[in-house]
Amino acid sequence: MAADMRLPTIRKQVSLSSSLSALDGKDLVVPGDVITSDTGFMRGHGTYMDEEKLTASVAGEVERVNKLICVRPLKTRFNGEVGDVVVGRITEVQQKRWKVETNSRLDSVLLLSSVNLPGGELVSGMDSIYLGIRKCEVQSVFSDGALSLHTRSLKYGKLGQGVLVQLSPSLIKRQKTHFHNLPCGASIILGNNGFVWLYPTPGHQDEEAGGYYTSLEPVSLSDREVISRLRNCLLALGAHKVLLYDTSVLYCYESSLPHQIKDILKPEVMEEIVMMTRQKLVELEG
Amino acid sequence: MENVLCLNRSTGDTSVACCMGSLRTRKNTCGVSVQRIMATVQVSEAEKVYVLHGVRDDLRVDGRGCEDYRHMEIETEMVSNTDGSAKVTLGHTDVLVGVKAEIGKPRPMVPDEGYLEFFVDCSANATPEFEGRGGDELGMELSNTLYKVFNNRYSVDLKSLSISPGEHCWVLYVDVLLLQCDGNLFDAISVAIKAALFNTKIPKVHISEDEEGGKEIELSDDPYDCMRLNVENVPCIVTLCKVGHRHVVDATLQEKACSVASLIISVTHKGTVTCVRKVGGGSLDPESIFEMTETGKRVGKALHAPLMELLQEEESLGKKRQKVGFLDTTLIVAVSHCP
Repeated sequence: MAADMRLPTIRKQVSLSSSLSALDGKDLVVPGDVITSDTGFMRGHGTYMDEEKLTASVAGEVERVNKLICVRPLKTRFNGEVGDVVVGRITEVQQKRWKVETNSRLDSVLLLSSVNLPGGELVSGMDSIYLGIRKCEVQSVFSDGALSLHTRSLKYGKLGQGVLVQLSPSLIKRQKTHFHNLPCGASIILGNNGFVWLYPTPGHQDEEAGGYYTSLEPVSLSDREVISRLRNCLLALGAHKVLLYDTSVLYCYESSLPHQIKDILKPEVMEEIVMMTRQKLVELEG
Repeated sequence: MENVLCLNRSTGDTSVACCMGSLRTRKNTCGVSVQRIMATVQVSEAEKVYVLHGVRDDLRVDGRGCEDYRHMEIETEMVSNTDGSAKVTLGHTDVLVGVKAEIGKPRPMVPDEGYLEFFVDCSANATPEFEGRGGDELGMELSNTLYKVFNNRYSVDLKSLSISPGEHCWVLYVDVLLLQCDGNLFDAISVAIKAALFNTKIPKVHISEDEEGGKEIELSDDPYDCMRLNVENVPCIVTLCKVGHRHVVDATLQEKACSVASLIISVTHKGTVTCVRKVGGGSLDPESIFEMTETGKRVGKALHAPLMELLQEEESLGKKRQKVGFLDTTLIVAVSHCP
């Protein structure tokens, strides 16, 4: 019940000495850095010409492909590609489509014709709309950068009870599957756009409904604790810029078990947990 | 730290951030740009049900109990051209308070007392909704509540602010700047005001009579010759949000979206309530109000002791204190320069 008050301290970046050497090989630039004075290169995204010198306009890594130089920013809004799995929130309802917020530059579009209802029916604009969170796949990209989504397969659809965590899209590792049933008792969907959905692992009968039947029954306390702990772990990993995938999340969860759930967000506990996770990940690789 | 320097990459120049004097003249100050992912305010039905059941079981989404506060960081004496200042970070809510003492005329009804003036500025740094005049309404509501909270004889000893009765008194201008908004503004603001008032150093004055009989006020030149305020009785505000059948302290934006009504209570260190306000469109039945008041008194009373301890500790560190200032917020590094 007591409030935890303290004086602020300058937070240090948690890093292992081994990871620093990995960064030496990469070419990191900040806005204004001159990449090259050679005029033989074509300039790509994230660069501009400043008095015949190719200069970076965003902070990130330099990528050279034959004659093309571009800078890929470290922290950016979600730039979707075809086939990405995203978790989005329906913000607006229009005549034949829904607008979905996916942490990108423009709202994404979910056409009603791309939505499957159980039983094969289609949805018309006049039906009552569930404003909710959906798991969808990117179908195509419009010329202005807006994404067109679809939820054609039974895997995708409306999400029921759970917790949404918003992180930077550059922290999510691209993998084959984005749905994971973690052994600790909860399930996680790592959307490519940085939205991560945590929910209690559904029982057998829910899977057949295709995700349109939302169970509003109370979730058990043990499941709730697991989900809260996972949420705090995700925020801790996000704050220390650790790449997110099922293994790293699981290691972080295990490292956090000795602490109370609400203590995980304290700066010193966060640092400790992330250090342990990073060490475990390094051991796994090498 | 002498001046708070803020690097604005888009214009390429450095300028002094948060100049408290100019806040009241509404000049444009260059604040620190913070890029964090804002908590979403829209919640779906299923999320609401999840949050409701969680609160009922005393396990909120981030693992806290219903009466737990988030991690709070307090720092004073950040802004050098004020007489007292404090910055409070509560979760992702960031509040900066500056206190300036000026000599003015006392109010006609109470000639032997000084007074406090509050002004809350919701800057567009906090959320894009505050752009232009968007933050004015919220700022007015916050200021009015602060006036109500401090509108009694015991919170601040106003008689000590008097210089010569009927003619001169100290007026304390308390300016609050919202840097980041993540729910629970009242609590953070009240803690920051208490810390800033504790930190306020009002210069001592000598009144001398000159030849024509007029009074001359002299401020002492010594920066350490000052008067400190007694902030023991300054109240702290506790906001209680009704979520389902239970109430929570220190609600995040998500929990706020699931609640229909809240109660704002200001409590002193002895447990005395100075102001109660209900906000929100929903209704509260009298039993709930009673329960929430009891919880508010209990939680509010427990806030004061650790706060005063922390402020004393910070003061005793003196010059050895490591000044953090605004270094813990993330600055936007990449700015597109494309012609």
